[in-house]
Amino acid sequence: MGIKQLFPVKHIAGFVFSLVLTLVALLVLAFDMPAKTGVVILLVTAFMQAGIQLVMFMHVGESEDRKSIYTSVFYALFIAVVTILGTLLTMIWGYE
Amino acid sequence: MKEYFSRFAVPDNGEPMIIASQILIVIVSLGIIVGLTYFKKWKYLWNEWLTTVDHKRIGIMYILSALLMLFRGGVDALLMRAQTSMPENGLLDAQHYNEIFTTHGVIMILFMAMPFIIGLMNVVIPLQIGARDVAFPRLNALSFWLFFFGAMLFNISFVIGGSPDAGWTAYFPLASTEFSESVGMNYYAIAIQIAGIGTLMTGINFIVTILKMRAPGMTLMKMPMFTWSILITNIIIVFAFPVLTVALALMTMDRLFGTQFFTMSNGGMDMLWANLFWVWGHPEVYIVILPAFGIYSEIISTFAKRNLYGYKSMVFSMVAISALSFLVWAHHFYTMGHGAMVNGIFSITTMAIAVPTGVKMFNWLLTLYKGKIEFKTPMLWAMAFIPIFLIGGVTGVMLAMASADYQYHNTMFLVAHFHYVLIPGTVFAVLAGFTYWWPKIFGFSLSEKIGKWSFWFIAISFNVTFFPMFITGLNGQARRMYTYSESTGFGPLNFISFIGALGLAVGFVLIVYNIYWSTRYAPRHVTEDPWDARSLEWATHSPVPAYNFAVTPVVESTQAFWDAKEKGTQLFRGKYEPIHMPSNSGLPFIMGVLFFFFGFCMVFGMWIPSIIFGLAIFACMMYRSFEHDPGYHISVEEIKETEKKYGVNSHENQLA
Repeated sequence: MGIKQLFPVKHIAGFVFSLVLTLVALLVLAFDMPAKTGVVILLVTAFMQAGIQLVMFMHVGESEDRKSIYTSVFYALFIAVVTILGTLLTMIWGYE
Repeated sequence: MKEYFSRFAVPDNGEPMIIASQILIVIVSLGIIVGLTYFKKWKYLWNEWLTTVDHKRIGIMYILSALLMLFRGGVDALLMRAQTSMPENGLLDAQHYNEIFTTHGVIMILFMAMPFIIGLMNVVIPLQIGARDVAFPRLNALSFWLFFFGAMLFNISFVIGGSPDAGWTAYFPLASTEFSESVGMNYYAIAIQIAGIGTLMTGINFIVTILKMRAPGMTLMKMPMFTWSILITNIIIVFAFPVLTVALALMTMDRLFGTQFFTMSNGGMDMLWANLFWVWGHPEVYIVILPAFGIYSEIISTFAKRNLYGYKSMVFSMVAISALSFLVWAHHFYTMGHGAMVNGIFSITTMAIAVPTGVKMFNWLLTLYKGKIEFKTPMLWAMAFIPIFLIGGVTGVMLAMASADYQYHNTMFLVAHFHYVLIPGTVFAVLAGFTYWWPKIFGFSLSEKIGKWSFWFIAISFNVTFFPMFITGLNGQARRMYTYSESTGFGPLNFISFIGALGLAVGFVLIVYNIYWSTRYAPRHVTEDPWDARSLEWATHSPVPAYNFAVTPVVESTQAFWDAKEKGTQLFRGKYEPIHMPSNSGLPFIMGVLFFFFGFCMVFGMWIPSIIFGLAIFACMMYRSFEHDPGYHISVEEIKETEKKYGVNSHENQLA
């Protein structure tokens, strides 16, 4: 077995990538920016961070039951997004 | 000392009804203790029931508790109907009436409908999929005991400290300490929390059971319809209950620790409670109705002697309902003050639910079409369900129109609507399922004659009770009003409602009498398949042996047992092998008791004991983590012996 197979490229890349994302998220604290921009940066980095965890470290797509794992992850995401956006819609945006 | 104990007093102590119940509770508890000691049943109770991890026994305990709660909630309902039967009636005062409609709602939904359904699924699902138990038997026992002690904690509120009185929806700011000063709403927050954790565990347990433990050959699209409905229900449980958990935790913090999540000042948002409550609350409606759809599917196909029509469309419509159930919650508060856009969106999603539900209705009707229909008691319930639920559904579409809802909102019309959905949808279904699966559980059938009497009493009285509410509601009678003046003209119709409620009471007493009569006199072990049914649970003996199936069945179609009977396909292939079973454990029961005392101390803000009980709960969890629990094996000889008792002489006989 060559060094290529033994060297955990994916894990290292994932680790570096999650460090970078953490640094980007920290920018919100370091720079004085409008609250909205800050929240958008935090949300985007948080979701990417979660994705990296699932794919790189928890190996979501590598087992035989990946179809059902993906289904439940997307269903959970769907419910979470609906709940959060729906709450914002009913409680703030759509409130007269 | 006196000051310390005064907190346990009910605020309006001196009310004769409450004193009477306090005395009665003490007498009944003493009676149970003395009885158990006299008949030397403590050991039996502990070994066979309190420590059991057998899904069938846990199911029976769920159903028993649900029946008990049905009577608690039923007495609440009778008192309400009696109070409003006449204008300016003085039977109950406003406070007492508030407490009663609050506990009626909570108990009927969370401590009657839910456990009844969970009980039936506990008994039936492992049998229906050909499994020996659920995936996590110990967790299952813990689920039950958390539900049970949550329910008990909620129930003692009316004799110790005061009942919750802000409605089963517990809207803020009414439910805040500012407006609900007694500990009643603390009970609400903590008792439902404890029971809810149990329900969440059940959800996980049954998803894993159904996905991982089906008999060989049973693909997802070959599962019986009840199993499908339970799978979808548990998925909804797992996604909806965390919202309730969080909302109740925030409520507990607001009430006990003075946080400001749902207050009207300091950045709190009172209506956020209503929002979160219904984000859970609407899926909850489908949690109690989808299993009913499953039960009816089984019963209709069995008694019409026909294969269920439109299997795939049944499955897809349930999946659609489960997704839509998360998209409609704001229709519970159209009048809260959001704009036309929000109300429009939620109107459309709400009406969309009528489509998959309609698909299911037509499938049942087409299953009946050209069927050889047998009107046994379970089938009668199913037949009454279709037209009555239709009225509930159609009035639901009326309520879904946001602009019209400004007229219906908070009136008796709404009360009539949801009883027209929940009673045929859930109560009829669990009673039908109860009658249908009773012989499976106990090895003898309930009396058809008494069963039919109770059916007619309940079905007719139900309409007498709730139909007048549509009319008084449209005439403007608000719900939750403890009385009204004579000039409103609501009197006569409300009196009819009261008569209906008495009829319902007779019907439910008949059901209990049926259990008593059949237990004493019904013939035993007539057949293992009394209804000529179709799914796997009927392929084993009644009552079911501890190991369910001596040999794991092999499945080839959606109605495995029917094919075995009609086409002669072999269900049981292979020979007896030692069966691995989970060991009993007292830990779930002990944890339930600890949760009860933890909750009780939290309700009254007694911090030091609640910390001690909380630590004890963690200690139990630690103990479990390090416990070695390999289970035990039932040997081949033992299986042979047990099978012999059921009349199976040798293994060859069983294969034939």
